[in-house]
Amino acid sequence: MTATRSPHASTEHKRPNYVMIWLYLFVLTVAEVALAFELPLSRNVKLLLLLFLAVWKALLVALFFMHLKFERWRLRLIFIVPLPLAAILVTAAIMEKVW
Amino acid sequence: MTHATQALDQMRPPYPAEPGAGVYSNKLGMWVFLASDVMFFTALIGSYIVLRFGVEGPWAKPAAVLNVPLTAVNTFLLICSSVAMVKAYAAIQDGKKYFLRPVPGKLLRDGGLKFWLLVTMFCGAAFVSVQVVEYIKLVGHGFTPAGFRDGSLLAEHAAADPIKYGASVAGMYGSTFFTMTGFHGFHVTCGVISMTYLYFTKVLPEKYSPQDYRGIEVIGLYWHFVDLVWIILFTIVYLI
Repeated sequence: MTATRSPHASTEHKRPNYVMIWLYLFVLTVAEVALAFELPLSRNVKLLLLLFLAVWKALLVALFFMHLKFERWRLRLIFIVPLPLAAILVTAAIMEKVW
Repeated sequence: MTHATQALDQMRPPYPAEPGAGVYSNKLGMWVFLASDVMFFTALIGSYIVLRFGVEGPWAKPAAVLNVPLTAVNTFLLICSSVAMVKAYAAIQDGKKYFLRPVPGKLLRDGGLKFWLLVTMFCGAAFVSVQVVEYIKLVGHGFTPAGFRDGSLLAEHAAADPIKYGASVAGMYGSTFFTMTGFHGFHVTCGVISMTYLYFTKVLPEKYSPQDYRGIEVIGLYWHFVDLVWIILFTIVYLI
Protein backbone atom coordinates (compact mmCIF):
# COMPACT_ATOMS: atom_id res chain seq x y z
CA MET A 1 0.00 0.00 0.00
CA THR A 2 1.36 3.37 -0.90
CA ALA A 3 0.25 6.79 0.17
CA THR A 4 -1.52 8.87 -2.42
CA ARG A 5 -1.10 12.62 -2.64
CA SER A 6 -2.94 14.33 -5.45
CA PRO A 7 -4.53 17.68 -6.22
CA HIS A 8 -7.56 15.74 -7.52
CA ALA A 9 -8.30 13.69 -4.41
CA SER A 10 -10.60 15.31 -1.90
CA THR A 11 -8.82 13.72 1.04
CA GLU A 12 -5.43 12.09 1.36
CA HIS A 13 -5.65 8.35 1.90
CA LYS A 14 -3.79 5.10 1.61
CA ARG A 15 -4.29 3.46 -1.75
CA PRO A 16 -6.45 0.31 -1.43
CA ASN A 17 -5.09 -3.05 -2.54
CA TYR A 18 -6.93 -3.22 -5.86
CA VAL A 19 -5.81 -6.77 -6.65
CA MET A 20 -7.27 -7.99 -3.34
CA ILE A 21 -10.61 -6.30 -4.18
CA TRP A 22 -10.50 -7.95 -7.59
CA LEU A 23 -10.05 -11.31 -5.85
CA TYR A 24 -13.00 -10.57 -3.55
CA LEU A 25 -15.15 -9.75 -6.57
CA PHE A 26 -14.07 -12.95 -8.34
CA VAL A 27 -14.84 -15.11 -5.30
CA LEU A 28 -18.20 -13.41 -4.76
CA THR A 29 -19.15 -13.92 -8.43
CA VAL A 30 -18.29 -17.64 -8.22
CA ALA A 31 -20.26 -17.84 -4.95
CA GLU A 32 -23.27 -16.21 -6.63
CA VAL A 33 -23.31 -18.65 -9.54
CA ALA A 34 -22.80 -21.64 -7.20
CA LEU A 35 -25.57 -20.39 -4.92
CA ALA A 36 -27.98 -19.87 -7.80
CA PHE A 37 -27.52 -23.25 -9.44
CA GLU A 38 -25.86 -25.71 -7.07
CA LEU A 39 -27.02 -25.14 -3.51
CA PRO A 40 -30.31 -26.79 -2.49
CA LEU A 41 -31.90 -23.79 -0.74
CA SER A 42 -35.43 -22.46 -0.84
CA ARG A 43 -36.22 -19.84 -3.48
CA ASN A 44 -36.72 -17.02 -1.00
CA VAL A 45 -33.46 -17.71 0.86
CA LYS A 46 -31.59 -17.82 -2.47
CA LEU A 47 -33.21 -14.55 -3.51
CA LEU A 48 -32.13 -12.79 -0.33
CA LEU A 49 -28.60 -14.21 -0.40
CA LEU A 50 -28.12 -13.34 -4.09
CA LEU A 51 -29.29 -9.77 -3.54
CA PHE A 52 -27.01 -9.48 -0.51
CA LEU A 53 -24.01 -10.68 -2.56
CA ALA A 54 -24.87 -8.32 -5.43
CA VAL A 55 -25.09 -5.33 -3.08
CA TRP A 56 -21.82 -6.38 -1.42
CA LYS A 57 -20.05 -6.47 -4.81
CA ALA A 58 -21.57 -3.17 -5.88
CA LEU A 59 -20.42 -1.56 -2.64
CA LEU A 60 -16.87 -2.84 -3.16
CA VAL A 61 -16.81 -1.21 -6.60
CA ALA A 62 -18.35 2.06 -5.41
CA LEU A 63 -16.27 2.43 -2.26
CA PHE A 64 -12.86 1.37 -3.54
CA PHE A 65 -12.81 1.64 -7.34
CA MET A 66 -14.89 4.84 -7.46
CA HIS A 67 -13.12 6.02 -4.30
CA LEU A 68 -16.37 7.00 -2.59
CA LYS A 69 -14.85 5.79 0.70
CA PHE A 70 -12.27 8.56 0.45
CA GLU A 71 -14.46 11.36 -0.92
CA ARG A 72 -16.01 14.18 1.05
CA TRP A 73 -19.54 13.71 2.33
CA ARG A 74 -20.77 16.52 0.09
CA LEU A 75 -19.76 14.52 -2.96
CA ARG A 76 -20.97 11.20 -1.55
CA LEU A 77 -24.43 12.72 -1.08
CA ILE A 78 -24.74 13.32 -4.83
CA PHE A 79 -24.55 9.57 -5.34
CA ILE A 80 -26.48 8.58 -2.21
CA VAL A 81 -29.51 10.88 -2.64
CA PRO A 82 -30.92 9.07 -5.73
CA LEU A 83 -30.83 5.70 -3.92
CA PRO A 84 -33.78 6.33 -1.54
CA LEU A 85 -35.59 7.98 -4.46
CA ALA A 86 -34.96 4.82 -6.48
CA ALA A 87 -36.31 2.69 -3.61
CA ILE A 88 -39.43 4.88 -3.39
CA LEU A 89 -39.96 4.59 -7.17
CA VAL A 90 -39.78 0.78 -7.13
CA THR A 91 -41.88 0.48 -3.95
CA ALA A 92 -44.54 2.79 -5.37
CA ALA A 93 -44.67 0.77 -8.58
CA ILE A 94 -44.98 -2.49 -6.62
CA MET A 95 -47.67 -1.03 -4.36
CA GLU A 96 -49.69 0.08 -7.37
CA LYS A 97 -49.53 -3.45 -8.73
CA VAL A 98 -50.41 -5.05 -5.37
CA TRP A 99 -53.40 -2.77 -4.76
CA MET B 1 8.14 13.97 -22.04
CA THR B 2 10.70 16.73 -21.84
CA HIS B 3 11.83 18.66 -18.79
CA ALA B 4 10.18 21.79 -20.11
CA THR B 5 6.70 20.27 -20.42
CA GLN B 6 6.99 18.75 -16.94
CA ALA B 7 7.65 22.20 -15.57
CA LEU B 8 4.68 23.55 -17.52
CA ASP B 9 2.42 20.91 -15.98
CA GLN B 10 3.38 21.93 -12.49
CA MET B 11 2.72 25.58 -13.29
CA ARG B 12 -0.86 25.05 -14.41
CA PRO B 13 -3.35 27.32 -12.72
CA PRO B 14 -5.93 25.79 -10.34
CA TYR B 15 -8.72 23.95 -12.17
CA PRO B 16 -12.22 25.44 -12.28
CA ALA B 17 -13.81 23.97 -9.17
CA GLU B 18 -17.35 24.03 -7.85
CA PRO B 19 -17.09 25.61 -4.39
CA GLY B 20 -19.94 23.64 -2.78
CA ALA B 21 -18.70 20.13 -3.49
CA GLY B 22 -15.06 21.16 -3.54
CA VAL B 23 -14.10 19.16 -6.61
CA TYR B 24 -13.22 20.19 -10.13
CA SER B 25 -16.15 20.79 -12.46
CA ASN B 26 -15.63 17.78 -14.77
CA LYS B 27 -15.72 15.37 -11.84
CA LEU B 28 -18.79 17.00 -10.32
CA GLY B 29 -20.48 16.88 -13.72
CA MET B 30 -19.78 13.16 -14.03
CA TRP B 31 -21.15 12.46 -10.53
CA VAL B 32 -24.34 14.38 -11.32
CA PHE B 33 -24.67 12.43 -14.58
CA LEU B 34 -24.15 9.15 -12.71
CA ALA B 35 -26.83 10.15 -10.19
CA SER B 36 -29.25 10.67 -13.09
CA ASP B 37 -28.16 7.34 -14.59
CA VAL B 38 -28.99 5.64 -11.28
CA MET B 39 -32.59 6.79 -11.77
CA PHE B 40 -32.55 5.67 -15.41
CA PHE B 41 -31.49 2.12 -14.55
CA THR B 42 -33.81 2.09 -11.54
CA ALA B 43 -36.72 2.74 -13.86
CA LEU B 44 -35.66 -0.21 -16.03
CA ILE B 45 -34.94 -2.58 -13.13
CA GLY B 46 -38.06 -1.44 -11.24
CA SER B 47 -40.25 -2.11 -14.26
CA TYR B 48 -38.68 -5.55 -14.60
CA ILE B 49 -39.35 -6.39 -10.95
CA VAL B 50 -42.96 -5.20 -11.13
CA LEU B 51 -43.61 -7.08 -14.37
CA ARG B 52 -41.84 -10.25 -13.30
CA PHE B 53 -43.40 -10.62 -9.88
CA GLY B 54 -46.76 -9.18 -10.91
CA VAL B 55 -47.59 -11.40 -13.90
CA GLU B 56 -50.05 -14.25 -13.54
CA GLY B 57 -48.11 -16.88 -15.47
CA PRO B 58 -44.72 -18.37 -14.50
CA TRP B 59 -41.58 -16.49 -15.61
CA ALA B 60 -39.00 -18.45 -17.61
CA LYS B 61 -36.12 -20.01 -15.69
CA PRO B 62 -33.09 -17.93 -16.76
CA ALA B 63 -30.87 -20.98 -17.31
CA ALA B 64 -33.45 -22.51 -19.66
CA VAL B 65 -33.23 -19.64 -22.13
CA LEU B 66 -29.97 -17.81 -21.41
CA ASN B 67 -26.34 -18.94 -21.45
CA VAL B 68 -25.50 -18.26 -17.81
CA PRO B 69 -21.91 -19.70 -17.72
CA LEU B 70 -20.92 -17.55 -20.71
CA THR B 71 -22.39 -14.46 -19.08
CA ALA B 72 -20.68 -15.29 -15.78
CA VAL B 73 -17.35 -15.27 -17.64
CA ASN B 74 -18.40 -12.02 -19.31
CA THR B 75 -19.18 -10.53 -15.90
CA PHE B 76 -15.72 -11.46 -14.73
CA LEU B 77 -14.30 -9.83 -17.86
CA LEU B 78 -16.03 -6.55 -16.97
CA ILE B 79 -14.74 -6.78 -13.39
CA CYS B 80 -11.22 -7.29 -14.78
CA SER B 81 -11.66 -4.18 -16.93
CA SER B 82 -12.69 -2.21 -13.86
CA VAL B 83 -9.54 -3.32 -12.04
CA ALA B 84 -7.43 -2.41 -15.09
CA MET B 85 -9.09 1.03 -15.12
CA VAL B 86 -8.24 1.69 -11.49
CA LYS B 87 -4.67 0.47 -12.14
CA ALA B 88 -4.46 3.00 -15.00
CA TYR B 89 -5.66 5.69 -12.60
CA ALA B 90 -3.07 4.67 -10.00
CA ALA B 91 -0.35 4.55 -12.68
CA ILE B 92 -0.87 8.15 -13.81
CA GLN B 93 -1.08 9.32 -10.19
CA ASP B 94 2.41 7.85 -9.81
CA GLY B 95 3.55 9.45 -13.05
CA LYS B 96 3.85 6.14 -14.94
CA LYS B 97 2.97 7.22 -18.47
CA TYR B 98 4.78 4.35 -20.18
CA PHE B 99 3.43 1.05 -21.56
CA LEU B 100 5.54 -1.60 -19.83
CA ARG B 101 8.86 -1.18 -18.07
CA PRO B 102 11.19 -3.91 -16.74
CA VAL B 103 11.62 -4.06 -12.98
CA PRO B 104 15.07 -5.17 -11.77
CA GLY B 105 14.87 -8.54 -10.03
CA LYS B 106 11.27 -9.20 -11.09
CA LEU B 107 9.94 -11.42 -13.84
CA LEU B 108 6.85 -9.32 -14.59
CA ARG B 109 7.15 -5.86 -16.10
CA ASP B 110 5.56 -2.85 -14.48
CA GLY B 111 2.50 -1.58 -16.32
CA GLY B 112 1.94 2.12 -16.91
CA LEU B 113 -1.08 4.17 -18.00
CA LYS B 114 -0.76 3.16 -21.65
CA PHE B 115 -0.80 -0.54 -20.76
CA TRP B 116 -3.64 -0.53 -18.23
CA LEU B 117 -5.95 1.68 -20.28
CA LEU B 118 -5.40 -0.59 -23.28
CA VAL B 119 -6.30 -3.62 -21.13
CA THR B 120 -9.45 -1.79 -19.98
CA MET B 121 -10.46 -1.02 -23.55
CA PHE B 122 -9.74 -4.58 -24.66
CA CYS B 123 -11.81 -6.11 -21.85
CA GLY B 124 -14.66 -3.66 -22.50
CA ALA B 125 -14.65 -4.41 -26.23
CA ALA B 126 -14.53 -8.15 -25.48
CA PHE B 127 -17.54 -7.77 -23.16
CA VAL B 128 -19.58 -6.06 -25.89
CA SER B 129 -18.46 -8.65 -28.46
CA VAL B 130 -19.55 -11.54 -26.24
CA GLN B 131 -22.89 -9.80 -25.68
CA VAL B 132 -23.38 -9.39 -29.43
CA VAL B 133 -22.58 -13.09 -29.96
CA GLU B 134 -25.05 -13.94 -27.17
CA TYR B 135 -27.77 -11.84 -28.84
CA ILE B 136 -27.13 -13.47 -32.23
CA LYS B 137 -27.37 -16.94 -30.67
CA LEU B 138 -30.51 -16.07 -28.70
CA VAL B 139 -32.27 -14.61 -31.73
CA GLY B 140 -31.10 -17.63 -33.75
CA HIS B 141 -32.72 -19.94 -31.18
CA GLY B 142 -35.91 -17.90 -31.41
CA PHE B 143 -35.68 -15.58 -28.39
CA THR B 144 -36.56 -12.06 -29.55
CA PRO B 145 -37.79 -8.88 -27.83
CA ALA B 146 -41.30 -9.99 -28.82
CA GLY B 147 -40.96 -13.42 -27.18
CA PHE B 148 -40.35 -16.82 -28.75
CA ARG B 149 -40.48 -16.73 -32.56
CA ASP B 150 -43.06 -19.09 -34.05
CA GLY B 151 -41.51 -22.28 -35.41
CA SER B 152 -38.20 -21.72 -33.63
CA LEU B 153 -36.37 -24.19 -31.41
CA LEU B 154 -37.28 -22.25 -28.25
CA ALA B 155 -40.95 -22.07 -29.26
CA GLU B 156 -40.97 -25.87 -29.58
CA HIS B 157 -39.34 -26.29 -26.17
CA ALA B 158 -41.78 -23.77 -24.67
CA ALA B 159 -44.72 -25.69 -26.12
CA ALA B 160 -43.40 -28.91 -24.55
CA ASP B 161 -42.66 -27.33 -21.14
CA PRO B 162 -44.56 -24.03 -20.84
CA ILE B 163 -43.76 -23.58 -17.12
CA LYS B 164 -39.98 -23.92 -17.42
CA TYR B 165 -39.87 -21.57 -20.42
CA GLY B 166 -42.55 -19.18 -19.18
CA ALA B 167 -44.42 -19.51 -22.46
CA SER B 168 -47.38 -17.33 -21.42
CA VAL B 169 -45.24 -14.26 -20.63
CA ALA B 170 -42.39 -14.78 -23.10
CA GLY B 171 -43.06 -11.42 -24.79
CA MET B 172 -42.66 -9.55 -21.54
CA TYR B 173 -39.53 -11.53 -20.69
CA GLY B 174 -37.99 -10.82 -24.08
CA SER B 175 -38.75 -7.10 -24.06
CA THR B 176 -37.43 -6.55 -20.51
CA PHE B 177 -34.32 -8.68 -21.08
CA PHE B 178 -33.29 -6.96 -24.31
CA THR B 179 -34.12 -3.49 -23.02
CA MET B 180 -32.06 -3.79 -19.84
CA THR B 181 -29.06 -5.60 -21.27
CA GLY B 182 -29.22 -3.54 -24.47
CA PHE B 183 -29.08 -0.20 -22.67
CA HIS B 184 -26.23 -1.49 -20.51
CA GLY B 185 -24.39 -2.67 -23.62
CA PHE B 186 -24.91 0.78 -25.13
CA HIS B 187 -23.29 2.33 -22.04
CA VAL B 188 -20.31 -0.04 -22.33
CA THR B 189 -19.95 0.77 -26.03
CA CYS B 190 -19.97 4.52 -25.28
CA GLY B 191 -17.31 3.93 -22.61
CA VAL B 192 -15.06 2.00 -24.99
CA ILE B 193 -15.43 4.68 -27.69
CA SER B 194 -14.62 7.45 -25.17
CA MET B 195 -11.57 5.58 -23.87
CA THR B 196 -10.34 4.93 -27.41
CA TYR B 197 -10.64 8.65 -28.15
CA LEU B 198 -8.73 9.53 -24.95
CA TYR B 199 -6.11 6.89 -25.69
CA PHE B 200 -5.19 8.33 -29.07
CA THR B 201 -5.62 12.03 -28.30
CA LYS B 202 -4.31 12.26 -24.73
CA VAL B 203 -2.68 9.08 -23.47
CA LEU B 204 -0.39 8.20 -26.37
CA PRO B 205 0.82 11.85 -26.78
CA GLU B 206 1.46 11.80 -22.99
CA LYS B 207 -0.73 14.80 -22.23
CA TYR B 208 -1.68 13.48 -18.79
CA SER B 209 0.58 14.00 -15.81
CA PRO B 210 0.39 13.46 -12.04
CA GLN B 211 -0.73 17.11 -11.89
CA ASP B 212 -3.55 16.72 -14.42
CA TYR B 213 -5.29 13.42 -15.10
CA ARG B 214 -8.87 14.64 -14.99
CA GLY B 215 -9.91 12.74 -18.12
CA ILE B 216 -8.72 9.44 -16.67
CA GLU B 217 -10.51 10.00 -13.38
CA VAL B 218 -13.79 11.06 -15.02
CA ILE B 219 -13.91 8.21 -17.56
CA GLY B 220 -12.88 5.88 -14.71
CA LEU B 221 -15.91 6.91 -12.65
CA TYR B 222 -18.17 6.22 -15.61
CA TRP B 223 -16.56 2.87 -16.29
CA HIS B 224 -16.83 1.65 -12.68
CA PHE B 225 -20.48 2.72 -12.61
CA VAL B 226 -21.15 0.64 -15.73
CA ASP B 227 -19.48 -2.30 -13.97
CA LEU B 228 -21.58 -1.69 -10.84
CA VAL B 229 -24.81 -1.67 -12.84
CA TRP B 230 -23.87 -4.93 -14.55
CA ILE B 231 -23.21 -6.58 -11.18
CA ILE B 232 -26.83 -5.81 -10.21
CA LEU B 233 -28.25 -6.71 -13.66
CA PHE B 234 -26.38 -10.03 -13.79
CA THR B 235 -27.89 -11.10 -10.48
CA ILE B 236 -31.41 -9.95 -11.26
CA VAL B 237 -31.65 -11.10 -14.89
CA TYR B 238 -29.42 -14.17 -15.03
CA LEU B 239 -29.41 -15.68 -11.54
CA ILE B 240 -32.81 -14.99 -9.95
